[in-house]
Amino acid sequence: MEIQHYEQIGETIYLETLNNGLKVYVLPKPDHNKTFSIFTTDYGSIDQAFTPLNSAETVQVPDGIAHFLEHKLFEDEDGDAFNTFSKRGAQTNAFTSFTRTAYLFSSTSEVQANLETLLDFVQSPYFTEETVEKEKGIIGQEINMYNDDADWRLFFGLLSSLYKENPVRIDIAGTVQSIDQITEDLLYTCYQTFYHPSNMVLFIVGPVDPQETVQLVRDNQEKKPFPEAGEIRRSYGDEPKESYERQKTIEMNVQTPKCLLGFKEPDDHYPHPGLSYELGVQLLLDVMFGPGSSTYEQLYKEGLIDNSFSADFTMERSFGFSAIGGDTKDPERLVSQLEETIHAFKQKPLQEEDIRTAKKRKIGAFLKQLNSPEFIATQFTRYEMNGDSLFAVVPTLEKMTLGDLESILQRHFHSDRSSVTKVVAPQS
Amino acid sequence: MAETEQLDAGGLRVHWQPSNKFKTTTIVLHIKAPLEAETAAARTLLAHVLQAGTADYPSRRKIRHFLDDLYGASFYADVGKKGENHVLTFVMEVASEQYLQNESPLLPKALTFLLSVLQSPNMTESGFSETIIKEEKQALTQRIRNIADDKTRYANIRMLEEMCADEPFGLHPFGSVADMEALGNDELQQAYEQMMASDQFDLFVTGPGSKEEILNVVEPAGEYFKTGERKQAKATPSQPPAEINEVVERQAIQQAKLHLGFRIPYTVDADEYTAVLVTNGIFGAYPHSKLFVNVREKESLAYYAASRYEPYKGILFAMAGIAPEQYEKASEIMQAQLEAIRNGEVTEEELTTTRQMLKNQILEQMDSARGAIEMNYQNVLSNNTRTVDERLHEIEDVDKETVIATAQKIQLDTIYLLTGEEETA
Repeated sequence: MEIQHYEQIGETIYLETLNNGLKVYVLPKPDHNKTFSIFTTDYGSIDQAFTPLNSAETVQVPDGIAHFLEHKLFEDEDGDAFNTFSKRGAQTNAFTSFTRTAYLFSSTSEVQANLETLLDFVQSPYFTEETVEKEKGIIGQEINMYNDDADWRLFFGLLSSLYKENPVRIDIAGTVQSIDQITEDLLYTCYQTFYHPSNMVLFIVGPVDPQETVQLVRDNQEKKPFPEAGEIRRSYGDEPKESYERQKTIEMNVQTPKCLLGFKEPDDHYPHPGLSYELGVQLLLDVMFGPGSSTYEQLYKEGLIDNSFSADFTMERSFGFSAIGGDTKDPERLVSQLEETIHAFKQKPLQEEDIRTAKKRKIGAFLKQLNSPEFIATQFTRYEMNGDSLFAVVPTLEKMTLGDLESILQRHFHSDRSSVTKVVAPQS
Repeated sequence: MAETEQLDAGGLRVHWQPSNKFKTTTIVLHIKAPLEAETAAARTLLAHVLQAGTADYPSRRKIRHFLDDLYGASFYADVGKKGENHVLTFVMEVASEQYLQNESPLLPKALTFLLSVLQSPNMTESGFSETIIKEEKQALTQRIRNIADDKTRYANIRMLEEMCADEPFGLHPFGSVADMEALGNDELQQAYEQMMASDQFDLFVTGPGSKEEILNVVEPAGEYFKTGERKQAKATPSQPPAEINEVVERQAIQQAKLHLGFRIPYTVDADEYTAVLVTNGIFGAYPHSKLFVNVREKESLAYYAASRYEPYKGILFAMAGIAPEQYEKASEIMQAQLEAIRNGEVTEEELTTTRQMLKNQILEQMDSARGAIEMNYQNVLSNNTRTVDERLHEIEDVDKETVIATAQKIQLDTIYLLTGEEETA
């Protein structure tokens, strides 16, 4: 077993890679009541075109199938995994993102039994025509709920403007029409390709013994046969460097208009450009638009933003984008102010003092996040799958120079790769 | 986590709970007054104006820069209701210096700042800064309007408005847009003086730190916080409805929101509180509950179907997001689940699963500083103080007969439906 000790933050992580390729991480937290475990596959909504295990040809599967599969795995021949967890007082859930699907539980008792259940329900797919059809009704309501959510529509409006080919432009749950094409055979194809243990990570945090925990997982896995791991070939289309559409307006009955300005990364440095790039864009967004910036103060004074305003950057396998904005009475004016700020920053050197305080803020925010076992487990897994380490955040921030940030600034915030999306009330 | 120790300074009640489980110290100041239509908007604006500037740091941006030096300590105001109390809350979270290189203790600096927000606001002889008032009114007015854009939240607020039309609990804690727009410096100063004179102040500190650090800051501040009688909310107990009130509202939406409001004569003060938690757990709080199993899993009518208990008021509500044409069917099935409990259709498995879930939830809550503070505040607000162990035992003691008897006390008051514009069959 590998042991990594992080002196400055006082945490120790144990890692074991099992024979079938599954990576198991344990972070003991002896003074906590709760154990949180998350079992994640490197497979999300954008993995729609791929070469299935033991096949030579690329298949194209319907939008929303990864999320559909997430729902269906909870069910097996004897019933529902929700019930098994509930009987032991454990809470369970799952989520599908663009690039990952994760299954999790938290509990304060019978942790070992819960851990077995987590491994077993994810590793025993069971779909019939009847159960697949029934799920379409439930997910149809989930999709309709999001269709009524103006912030969600704004966000996907921006992504479908920035991207022309990459499936990140498509809603994670798909549409009522696309999920209607899902069959149990397609679900099995996706499952067999992406749920091989070598494509998955298990992370456990809580008052547990690392040796015993790893042993339990090893015993569980050795009882189950898995085929040889094959290489998974995925395709995301040929994404142009420029944004697909520069402007988009969505009409919905909103009280106050909403607006986002976004920039996409050119895809010439994927699979992943590394943690320092991601942290770099985040620092720059904070310096330009964070609550301590002069732009934020000015926009707030003019009543162009309220506490819904945010500036975020997300980067995963095959895509990366920033999104800046929120509720505003005047989307045009807000966008022109945001663009002016970016332009001004690109014209003059960055200020040492601005960067120093932005780094301090980021370190403090990171320590706050480390109070949450859920955050540690989820984010550690995310960084791991992207080839980075969560605990490299602070050292990476400390090392970052003004020069690094200058070049990130010039590269990311490029007007050819930007889009603006608005949600406004229909003109009556 | 250690027991909470009470360190009072004048009228300021300080609840200190040391713990090295966290890498930051969480500070929460709750300021409580009765919830009233006349004062809700003014108190809300007051909290946001105080948050936007102090005498030492007279703007939002100056405050941000001060917080940056505390390693991006967070600081924000929040306004809510606990039953018929109106609660202004100021929250700070600050990193412990033991995880930083060469830093002096940050907790005393954070506490000093938080108290200065109340003791020395950005105020001159002519009152609060007119610029700040204007900015905060603008932002709050927009926030009140935008509530209508979050359909689930809007439906719940509307249901409570209809259900509690004649009770303070029907009020939104922010007040109305009209109330907010009418406010000026005079009303705000009055709200400030009123707050300092008669509100109840409870300061919670949880995380790494020492008692001495806290006492050094709060003791000298005690004189600002007057001791003596506090203004108490007039309790308006939940009355059983004369008849069921049915309200249908239409908007251009795809998914209908069905909210059922029930009355229950037990609040957090009652001995029956824990029995309500268990009954609500069987009814709709969890994935194994009757609502989820029947509305979602058996009938595929909804993605979410759940119930919540409002323990400071004695209200229970059930909600589901459904296709508009399924309204009557969904409403019947939801009501039938409660009827089933009243008729004794409660299995041993439902009961033990619910107990397990509730106990787990309480223990998990103690793993978060905010969770531990909320539990302590519940004890402060309630006449019925319960330790964690007592809570766990009480849950064990609720049996099937108690659940049936509790469910029989739950009465439907209001059916609220937010649905699409076109006529549905």
